[in-house]
Amino acid sequence: MTERSVHDPTLAVAPPGADVSVQPSLPGDPSELTYQYGLEVQARSQWAYARRRFMRHRLALGSLIILLAIFGCGLFANFIAPYTYRQINLQALSQAPSAKHIFGTDSAGRDSFSRVLYGIRTSARVGVLVGVLSTVIGTIIGGLAGFYGGWIDNLLMRLTDLFLTLPLLAVLLVAAKYLGHSTPLKLALLLAFLIWTSIARIVRGSFLSLREKEYVEAARAAGAGDLRIMIRHMLPNTVGPIVVAATLTIGTAILLEAVLSFLGFGIEPPTPALGALLNEGQDQGLDKWWLVTFPGVIIVVIVLCINFVGDGLRDALDPTQRRIRA
Amino acid sequence: MLTYIIRRVLYSIPVLVATSFLIFTFVSITGDPLGRLRTNPAITREELHSIEHSKRLDRPVIVRYGYWVRDAVTKEFGTTLFGNQKIWPELKRVMWHTVQFIGSAIIISVLFGIAIGVYSALRQYSLFDYTATTLSFIGFATPVFWLALMMQVLMVQVFLKWHIRIFYTSGLSSPVNAGHGFHFFIDRVQHLALPVLALCALSIATYSRYMRASMLEVLNSDFVRTARAKGLLERRVVMRHAFRNALIPLVTVVALDFGALFAGAIVTETIFTLDGMGFYFINALEASDPYPVMAWLMVVATMVILFNLIADILYGVFDPRIRYD
Repeated sequence: MTERSVHDPTLAVAPPGADVSVQPSLPGDPSELTYQYGLEVQARSQWAYARRRFMRHRLALGSLIILLAIFGCGLFANFIAPYTYRQINLQALSQAPSAKHIFGTDSAGRDSFSRVLYGIRTSARVGVLVGVLSTVIGTIIGGLAGFYGGWIDNLLMRLTDLFLTLPLLAVLLVAAKYLGHSTPLKLALLLAFLIWTSIARIVRGSFLSLREKEYVEAARAAGAGDLRIMIRHMLPNTVGPIVVAATLTIGTAILLEAVLSFLGFGIEPPTPALGALLNEGQDQGLDKWWLVTFPGVIIVVIVLCINFVGDGLRDALDPTQRRIRA
Repeated sequence: MLTYIIRRVLYSIPVLVATSFLIFTFVSITGDPLGRLRTNPAITREELHSIEHSKRLDRPVIVRYGYWVRDAVTKEFGTTLFGNQKIWPELKRVMWHTVQFIGSAIIISVLFGIAIGVYSALRQYSLFDYTATTLSFIGFATPVFWLALMMQVLMVQVFLKWHIRIFYTSGLSSPVNAGHGFHFFIDRVQHLALPVLALCALSIATYSRYMRASMLEVLNSDFVRTARAKGLLERRVVMRHAFRNALIPLVTVVALDFGALFAGAIVTETIFTLDGMGFYFINALEASDPYPVMAWLMVVATMVILFNLIADILYGVFDPRIRYD
């Protein structure tokens, strides 16, 4: 035992003068240990690398900040908004933007800026809920399909093939018509139920290739069960594509919510949602340009930022995938 | 090649049958067409039952599917549930308008998409390239309906300010004085310009991005280097060697985008009140009439399947490297 510790190669690395006997009493942080020996190496986890890569992506970082600011305004609408979304002011009907009403007012004298803030809250809520739900459903079904193959896989692939032949919007409209007066929750459930398939396809493809990896075989040889292999070994290696797809799904969901509400099949007028605001704006006459301009600009900015954040996440989490950079 | 085409055509038959079943069950289970009548106190239960019986709504879905297929094949999709109007003549009429509408949108987006994509690739990282890239990213984030609304708003503002009417914001042609021949054509263009532009924007953004990526890939390939090395004019290298090969992947992109154009048509036709298929679909849906909705979905699904079939075959014609076996 003592003989072996003398020839221990790690001891050879220790700089002269370092008291080797102190080693066990050092704090557990490995980075401090390396500093102790004068090595300018800091241990970084994969997440730290991903974070650094994301931070370097200026456009994505900027977009994330703008996005958080917009969503924050929506979340705290009741503190920020100068008026409530249904406060009627008969002295100020259909006014163009001014210092008092920076986004103008509608034909009932309601402040458009406040309504847009509350609209952001509704739309963001729907978007995030759809993102979470469809990611969970898509990951579970896609994972099972990719891991086991068989009938789940067949069903999934045929189902997505069939949905490819029908315009998604038409299918959504038929289903939304059935739901009738939609609350944000109902609409989010509906959207998640119809767009999880894209995430399922991604997870399936990834699991299909991971299934053949050596470390999965090793885990199996070590006696790991199917569930453990899927959750502990395969899922962490698919997190990158899933996070990217989930982010982009939020953008898609916000766009779909807007178009459904605009056509009158989504969220009903008393609840302000960005698409519903555009619908009202159109009804009140297009000469009142401010009613249709601002909610739309907000939608475009939100979706644009989400797409850029998704791009940044792809670069950060999936470094093997080199994309042609714009 | 011929066996491939035959196999491909035969394969689309079960897809079509499965799609028809999916459409029928989906529309049937998601809507109670008599819902509005049920809440109407003036209609007795007996009357409701007799309507249900005469329209076979009291039968199981699978039986109704059989009747529906029979009607669709032998009686051209049969009649609407309310008012007993024939579906096909009306659908055929609006389809012609939508074919004009979507057709011109596809042609314009393909031409512009290719031109912008190729030029961006040739002048990579130039001002033009950056502008096109930025615009296409904005295009991906812009809802079609909002773009259409903004165009209308702009036209309204122009009209209010200077009293000139460049393009119309609703309808297919002027209700009076639509004119004949050339005047009719100009009138139609003035009406279709804005909706086509709104519909094109997203497609141009998509196609130009794909075209740029595809062109860059080809320009960096070995055979283009060889063509340059043997001293061909740059023009000839680009046009004959690079461009023609870069076009091939776009065939699939355009074909897959076809369904999305129909979705776009629903939105734009509703906003511009164009008497086309999208407008027809929304009206049928609002009337809770299942049969026109099913017929519409079936026609669109058939078109999408047909378009993908053509794209697959064209892909083989353009790219002889593709093997079919």
